[in-house]
Amino acid sequence: MATAVERFDEKARRAFEHLGRTEIYVGELMRHPVYTRFLHWMVALFFFLALFSGFGIYLPWLFRWFTPIFGGGPLARAMHPWFGLFFVFFFGLQTLNWIGPMAWTKADTNWMRNIKEVVSGEAKLEPPDTGFFNGGQKLQFWEIVVGCVVYLITGIILWAGARTFGRWPVAISYVLHDISALIMLGGIFIHIYLSTIGEPGTFQAMTRGSVSEAWAWTFHPAWYKEATGRDPQKAYEQALRERKD
Amino acid sequence: MSDRKTLQIKQISGHSGAAPGFDVQRDYEVCKLVDTTTCIGCKACEVACVEWNDMPFSATTFDNTYQTMPETRWNFWNLIKFNEHQKEDGTIQWLMRKDQCMHCADPGCLRACPADGAIVQYANGIVDFQQENCIGCEFCVSGCPYNIPKFNPATKKVYKCTLCSDRVGQGLEPACIKACPTGCLKFGSKDDMKFIAEERSKQLRENFGFEKAGVYDPQSIGGTHVIYVLHDATDPERYGGLPKNPVIPWSYTVWKWLFKPVLGTFALFGLLGVCLHYVTVGPRRPQPESAKKEGANGNRS
Repeated sequence: MATAVERFDEKARRAFEHLGRTEIYVGELMRHPVYTRFLHWMVALFFFLALFSGFGIYLPWLFRWFTPIFGGGPLARAMHPWFGLFFVFFFGLQTLNWIGPMAWTKADTNWMRNIKEVVSGEAKLEPPDTGFFNGGQKLQFWEIVVGCVVYLITGIILWAGARTFGRWPVAISYVLHDISALIMLGGIFIHIYLSTIGEPGTFQAMTRGSVSEAWAWTFHPAWYKEATGRDPQKAYEQALRERKD
Repeated sequence: MSDRKTLQIKQISGHSGAAPGFDVQRDYEVCKLVDTTTCIGCKACEVACVEWNDMPFSATTFDNTYQTMPETRWNFWNLIKFNEHQKEDGTIQWLMRKDQCMHCADPGCLRACPADGAIVQYANGIVDFQQENCIGCEFCVSGCPYNIPKFNPATKKVYKCTLCSDRVGQGLEPACIKACPTGCLKFGSKDDMKFIAEERSKQLRENFGFEKAGVYDPQSIGGTHVIYVLHDATDPERYGGLPKNPVIPWSYTVWKWLFKPVLGTFALFGLLGVCLHYVTVGPRRPQPESAKKEGANGNRS
């Protein structure tokens, strides 16, 4: 099973390397291949289409100004399930693509214990055992996986409606669908913040596909060691000395 | 009605006692009374409804009964339901019930509806759909205990009986009432209809041997503005699925009016949170930071 997934992912990654390029400059490391970036932006596109079309259904008295973007309330309502399906589809592919590096480890448990220092900005460097993804990223990833399952099941019930599934399944699904959306909405603020102004140098990982070595040893030291074979702490200290000279 | 009320004289200068006529006019909540014991199943009300509301032809479905179709449709709001009930002594009781929107005092459709202004309840009790504001999500279908709102796939809107709000607004009775030949349909104030219904039930109990006869006006949804006189009020289900204790899913009440706005606001606090984090704690940069900042921060880490 796992090997079939790996074979599929390998094939997809190779195919997408023909469609796009990842330029790695001196002092940079390869972070995300073309395939990952493509999936990320497809997920992002359909996430926001589904989110904005859903706003008008969720609280029209507050968000009704979103619906004209989609040609009015009825059209927003008609397109919302399709946006959602594409979102779940692309995130499903991303799940297969990332299922390996997203596996929860002891390092992630430790990372979550240390989260206070990360949020307060006291820890300038991530703990040395932080790998390709840190605990927070993995938590968000698995939250979205669970959220997608909830979206899909409740979404189909809401889509087909009470005439197919009965009154109570719709009434319950409606609440679960909204809760799932609210958790993801809260998550997307943190995700966008940390990937742009919150941790500068991160955004290019999803555009050009590469990151600076300094970024790697700061935020993902264990991955830096794996990718370059050098010790992240020593690399950092050397860079510090060079800076001071 | 509202005009009459606002122009009613309340006080008169230099006049002792109450103003003449004040407080004698009743505030009507309208009501349709359906006496199932005198319905003959002629379907005149079905025709009148289609006629008055100018609805396109809807093909009938024959299912070995006299019923025009299994349930109401988006363009067929008024349906006589024919049911054969076998009594304990083995004889058959043929029940006919006019099925339409019940215009609940606490409308489940209105609670479930997320669209601004798509469903309104008038002061006289009529629950009306405003199709121009409907987004076609069909949540109202799940809110309704009577399976009344029906979706039109062509217009992507939901439709149902209006209790002829256009006629009632002009002081006329609904079209179905006007067409009824036996007088089993009556229209008036809720109080009057309730009184007539109770009197008729008493008559049925005392003079006609229907010991369980009574009025259907379910209090679980605050009563309805369409009430029935039934031969057996203890078992309304036998009249083609009339729920004894209709309910609105609790999730619509709790979630929509409380948690939805509250939690929605919390999600927006997430946005506020990251903004505050940026201006207080500030971003985390790849280390070591640029030469300029190095001196200031001292690079303690």
